[in-house]
Amino acid sequence: MKIHIQNGRLIDPKNQIDAQHDIYIAAGKISAIGVAPEGFVANRVIDASGLIVCPGLIDLSARLREPGYEYMATLESEMDAAVAGGVTSLVCPPDTDPPLDEPGLVEMLKFRAKSLNQARVFPLGALTQKLEGQRITEMAELRDAGCIGFSQADAPLQDTQVLWRAMQYAATFDFTVWLRPQDAYLAKGGVAHDGEVASRLGLPAIPASAETIAIGTILALARDTGARIHLCRLSTRTGVAMVRAAKEEGLPVTCDVAIHHAHLSEMDIGYFDTNCHLIPPLRSSRDRDALRQGLQDGTVDALCSDHAPVDDDAKLLPFGEAEAGATGLELLLPLTLKWAEEAGVPLATAIAKLTTEPARILGLNNGSLTVGQPADLCLFDPQRYWKVEPRSLKSSGKNTPYQGVELRGKVRVTLVDGHVVYETD
Amino acid sequence: MKNPQLNKNGELQHLLTIDGLSANIVRHILDTAESFLNVAEREVKKVPLLRGKAIFNLFFEPSTRTRTTFEIAAKRLSADVINLNVSASSASKGETLLDTVDNLTAMQADMFVVRHGQSGAAHLIARHVAPHIHVVNAGDGRHAHPTQALLDMFTIRHFKQEFHNLRVAIVGDVLHSRVARSQIHALSILGVPEIRVIAPKTLLPAEVERMGVHVYHDMRQGLKDVDVVIMLRLQNERMRGALLPSAQEYFKYYGLTLDKLALAKPDAIVMHPGPMNRGVEIDSDVADGVQSVILSQVTFGIAVRMAVMSILAGSHAA
Repeated sequence: MKIHIQNGRLIDPKNQIDAQHDIYIAAGKISAIGVAPEGFVANRVIDASGLIVCPGLIDLSARLREPGYEYMATLESEMDAAVAGGVTSLVCPPDTDPPLDEPGLVEMLKFRAKSLNQARVFPLGALTQKLEGQRITEMAELRDAGCIGFSQADAPLQDTQVLWRAMQYAATFDFTVWLRPQDAYLAKGGVAHDGEVASRLGLPAIPASAETIAIGTILALARDTGARIHLCRLSTRTGVAMVRAAKEEGLPVTCDVAIHHAHLSEMDIGYFDTNCHLIPPLRSSRDRDALRQGLQDGTVDALCSDHAPVDDDAKLLPFGEAEAGATGLELLLPLTLKWAEEAGVPLATAIAKLTTEPARILGLNNGSLTVGQPADLCLFDPQRYWKVEPRSLKSSGKNTPYQGVELRGKVRVTLVDGHVVYETD
Repeated sequence: MKNPQLNKNGELQHLLTIDGLSANIVRHILDTAESFLNVAEREVKKVPLLRGKAIFNLFFEPSTRTRTTFEIAAKRLSADVINLNVSASSASKGETLLDTVDNLTAMQADMFVVRHGQSGAAHLIARHVAPHIHVVNAGDGRHAHPTQALLDMFTIRHFKQEFHNLRVAIVGDVLHSRVARSQIHALSILGVPEIRVIAPKTLLPAEVERMGVHVYHDMRQGLKDVDVVIMLRLQNERMRGALLPSAQEYFKYYGLTLDKLALAKPDAIVMHPGPMNRGVEIDSDVADGVQSVILSQVTFGIAVRMAVMSILAGSHAA
C-alpha cells in the first residue's frame, strides 16, 4: 500500500518542519517528504488541504480497562477512541484487575491490542506486586514481556524502604519509574483540593502538600539511586517549581500534566459535578496557571489525556462516592490546541507536547515525521468545531467536564504503520 | 451556572443549601414560619395546606430530632408522611441512592426530605427527580443543613429582632459541620456584620475566611462582646487522635462555661443544634442556664420546617 498525502501543512517539531509538503508512504514507512521517490505510484492519494499533518499522538496515560473492568470499557472501544483522537501510541497504567504485575498478563494485553491493528499499546508494569506497595515485581521479566516502564498507578506506596529499593532495582536495568506523586496519608479519604471550594461544599480534602511531600521524597531517592523518574500528572504550583529545580540540578526527571488540569480548577466542580472528580484533584486557579506556565517554559514535558472511561452509574453518585476520572483520548488534541491558542504558544510547540516529548520520555524513535520511520500520522482540521456529546465519542466513557461544549480541532485521518486506521469527513 | 434550587421563575423548587439564596427568600421563610408558630397552640394542631401530598423522610443517617420535627411539621400541614430509615434497608442490599429515589417516586412521592452522609447527595437527587417533586436537604455530609440554619436564624430574630447590629460566634468543629456552613451563609445573607468562628486549627476548613468569617483560636478573645454564641457538637470519634488530644483538653480551651460566657454581652444568647455533649463542648450550667435558648430552637424548628415545606409545595413546577 502506497499512500500520497498532498497539500497538507506538515508540522513535525522534532525535525523542525512547519510548512506545506507532500508526504509519501510505502511499506508502512515514511518514504519521502516533499518530493516523491522515483517511480512512486500511489495506491491512494489523500487530499489534506486545510489539514495539519503531524506525527501520530502519543498519550502517556490512557486506561483501557482491560483486564478486569470491562463493564466500564473494552479494548475495542478504547482503541477506537484512541485513533479517533489521533492517538497512535498510548501508555496504559497497570491499574487493571489483576494489575499488570505478571509477564503473562502483559503479553496477553499486548497480543489483544496488536490483533486490533490500531494504536500501539505500551503497558507500564506494576512497580510492586498487586500494587500493594510491599514486594517489587519481576521487572526484567516484565520488560521482556513488553513493559516500557514501571508504575505504582494511583495505589499508595507508603513504605519508603520499598520505594527506595524499587528505584534501585529499576536503575539497575535502566528502567524508568513512573510515579504519580501523592503522600498516601495526607490524601487518605480526600476527594477535592484543600481549598475554598472543598471547604464550601464540605468535601474531604487533599492538601497540595500531599503532592509536594511525595515529590520531595521521590527526588531525594532519585538522587540516591540514580533511577530515571517520570512524574505523572502534576497538579500543584509548588510541584512544578520543585521539578524545575530538579531539572536544573540535572536529575533525570521528566513530568506530565493531564489535559484537564491545564484548563480546569476546583471552581469547575460547581454544584458537585462528578465529572470534575479527578485524580489528582482539580486545584486552585493559581495552581492551574502554574501548570500552564510549566508547559510553556518546558518544565512540564508532556500533556496526557489521563483517559479514564467510567460508566454512567458510577458517576451518578454523591461526589465523594463517584468514580474518579474523565474520558480523554478524543479530547486530548482539541484541548491541547485550546491551550496553545489561549497561551499564545506556537502550534509546533503544542504538538511537541503530544509527540516528540512523550517519545523522548519513552525512549522511542517515533513521534516524528522522519524518512524511514513507521508512518504513524494524524491529520486534523484545526478550524473545525465539534460538539462533545455521548454520541460523538467512540469511547465507552462519556464522562467529561466538557459535556455539551464545542471544541475546535477535529481528527480526520489517522494512520498507524502506514495503514489508515481511522477516517472521517 | 444555574442555581439548582430555583425554578425558572426564581421560586424555591428545592431547599438544598443556604448558599446563594436571596435575603428575600430567607426572610420569606422566616415570616411564613412566624405565621405557623401559633398552630401548635390550637386545639387542632393542623392546617390543610399539604393535604393529599406524600412526603418521604429519607434518612440514610440516623437522626431523632431532625426526622421527628420534619414528621411533626408535615403532619401539621396535613401531609401523609412516610419515614424510611434507609441505612437499615436498601443501602445494605446494594441499591443505589437514585434507585431508591426512583422506587419511591413510583409510589407517588411529592417531596423528599433527605439526610445522607455524603456531601452533595441532596443536589444529586434534586437533579434527578421529575420537576413536580421537591427535595429538602435535611443534612448532607459536611456540606449543608439549611433548615437547621433557618431555625437558628428564626431563633436569633426572635430574641434579637435585628441582624444588622449583631456579633455572632460559632464555636467548635466547623470542619465537619454542615450546620456551621449553613449558618455562616445565612448570617451573611441576613446582614450580620461580624461572624466569628472559634476553634483550633485542626477543626477549621482551609480558607474558611473566604466564607466571610473572622477566625479566632482563643475562645476568650472570640467571645468578647458577642450577642450570640452558637456551640457546635463535637462527635466522639474526633475527640482523640490527630485532631484533638482529649475531650478534657478540648473542654478546657473550647468548652463553653459560665466563666467564658461572661465575656460575651450580658444579654447574649447561647444556641446549640443538638444533640449536646454536656461537659465536652458545653457545661450543663450554661446549657440549662438563663441565656440558653436551646429548647426554643427545637420548638421553632417545627414552624420553620412547616414554612419550608409549604413554600416548596406552593411553588410551580418549572
